[in-house]
Amino acid sequence: MSAYLSIENVGISFSSDKGTFRALDDVVLRIAKGEFVSVIGHSGCGKSTLLNIVAGLLQATEGGVLLEGREVDSPGPDRAVVFQNHSLLPWLTVYDNVRMAVDKVLSRTKSKAERHDWVLHNLSLVRMDHAKDKKPGEISGGMKQRVGIARALAMEPKVLLLDEPFGALDALTRAHLQDSLMEIHGRLGNTVIMITHDVDESVLLSDRIVMMTNGPAARIGQILDIDLPRPRSRVDLADNPHFNHLRAEVLRFLHGHAPAKAA
Amino acid sequence: MTMVSNITAAAPAEASTPAKRPLAKSQAAKTAREIAGRVLPPVLGLAVLLGVWQLACSGPNALLPGPVKVIQSTWPLIVDPFFDHGGVDKGLFWHIFASLKRVAVGFALSSVAGIFLGVLIGQSTLAFRALDPIFQVLRTVPPLAWLPISLAAFRQADPSAIFVIFITSIWPIILNTAVGVRNIPQDYRNVALVLRLSPIEFFFKIVIPATVPYIFTGLKIGIGLSWLAIIAAEMLIGGVGIGFFIWDAWNSSLMSEIILALVYVGLVGFMLDRLITFVGKLLSN
Repeated sequence: MSAYLSIENVGISFSSDKGTFRALDDVVLRIAKGEFVSVIGHSGCGKSTLLNIVAGLLQATEGGVLLEGREVDSPGPDRAVVFQNHSLLPWLTVYDNVRMAVDKVLSRTKSKAERHDWVLHNLSLVRMDHAKDKKPGEISGGMKQRVGIARALAMEPKVLLLDEPFGALDALTRAHLQDSLMEIHGRLGNTVIMITHDVDESVLLSDRIVMMTNGPAARIGQILDIDLPRPRSRVDLADNPHFNHLRAEVLRFLHGHAPAKAA
Repeated sequence: MTMVSNITAAAPAEASTPAKRPLAKSQAAKTAREIAGRVLPPVLGLAVLLGVWQLACSGPNALLPGPVKVIQSTWPLIVDPFFDHGGVDKGLFWHIFASLKRVAVGFALSSVAGIFLGVLIGQSTLAFRALDPIFQVLRTVPPLAWLPISLAAFRQADPSAIFVIFITSIWPIILNTAVGVRNIPQDYRNVALVLRLSPIEFFFKIVIPATVPYIFTGLKIGIGLSWLAIIAAEMLIGGVGIGFFIWDAWNSSLMSEIILALVYVGLVGFMLDRLITFVGKLLSN
């Protein structure tokens, strides 16, 4: 497998008044182009920390991240992030939130008219073109997250980083957005890293699931290949024995190891 | 909700003549009631205040004029605020206008400097540590205490008054802006980092819009303080201005004129406050 993005022996420690806290220890992960990888673990296991290191928002204490063979240690639009709480700018309309990113990232390669069309195209990908003139305060949480995804996609990132993107949404909205994301991934073939604590979500969406041990000094406990054929449908998979087997694998990891470690 | 529906239900019953459009009528009645409900209480409050004032100052030995006497003796000033007999013998409009001009200049300067310094100490821990103690001490200095230094430095009345306004109104602007900048959610900063916004883009596209509500809280306090300071400063430095008008009236024992001026000062201060609130609302939408 050719590594498009590789996380090489990443460890990170935070020093505070109480001493140093070791969050991640020796994390090694190689991700191929177009692959959808989920990182799952209990809260506080450092999975968001790992994502922030890949995003460049945090600096690894040891090791590093290579994207197409080049080290990345600062944030950039080639690793667009969809944050957990959407992080749209409330004073800009839906259109302007995406436009701001497009203007900043693609001003050299696209003309003004092309950028306008590109914003609309990405909003229609997440089916939000009808609300382009609304402010984030006027749309629902699920819609905000859609716009957040459109903004990230519009930057044409090499890697799309999703930090518990649907964690704050109700179950139905979450299912809709997961389907949208699957469809977009199927169409565009993005390379995606998604942080999640939702077992079904990780099995449904991913090519591989990276399971983190509990912190402190969290590391990768197990990596599970999800060899379910695509396109996948949540309804068909619901009584698919292999799907349920994979689901059970993740559950066993999360709930089999965790109490023993925590005790 | 219950109240509204009660009103709509009651209104058609009260309309004695058979109406062609009962809905429109009840709507009009509802609006009339709402207006009355808003206008009557303040009118009543004012009437009581004036009544008490009139009673308190109606005795033969009263030291201050009552409202009727104030209006009688200042009537020429009320009806003609625009006269100009040269020197400081001008209508009240010109005095207030002169004071407002000083406030406009001083407040504009303090807004720009205050927002800049506020962003600086809000954004940089180093600047905060260096400047905050100084600001915390200086902001407690009363406005008029700055006047002698200001006069010594500028040697002219106008710049000195403007400096007093500046130095009085800048502190709440700085401190509120700084709080606003420190409260910018980490999410917005992360967005800026991922997009690789330059510092200037970050300032105009993130910092200022995210901080507008805080800035305007500071500006609102600042304009109030400016107006307080200018009246006091003008009493001491003289020239045309509503502060000096009050001082001049005091020296001539024209109590009615002082009271009239106070009413105007209050009204103008109120309007300045509302103006800033209005602009703030306009910008934060």
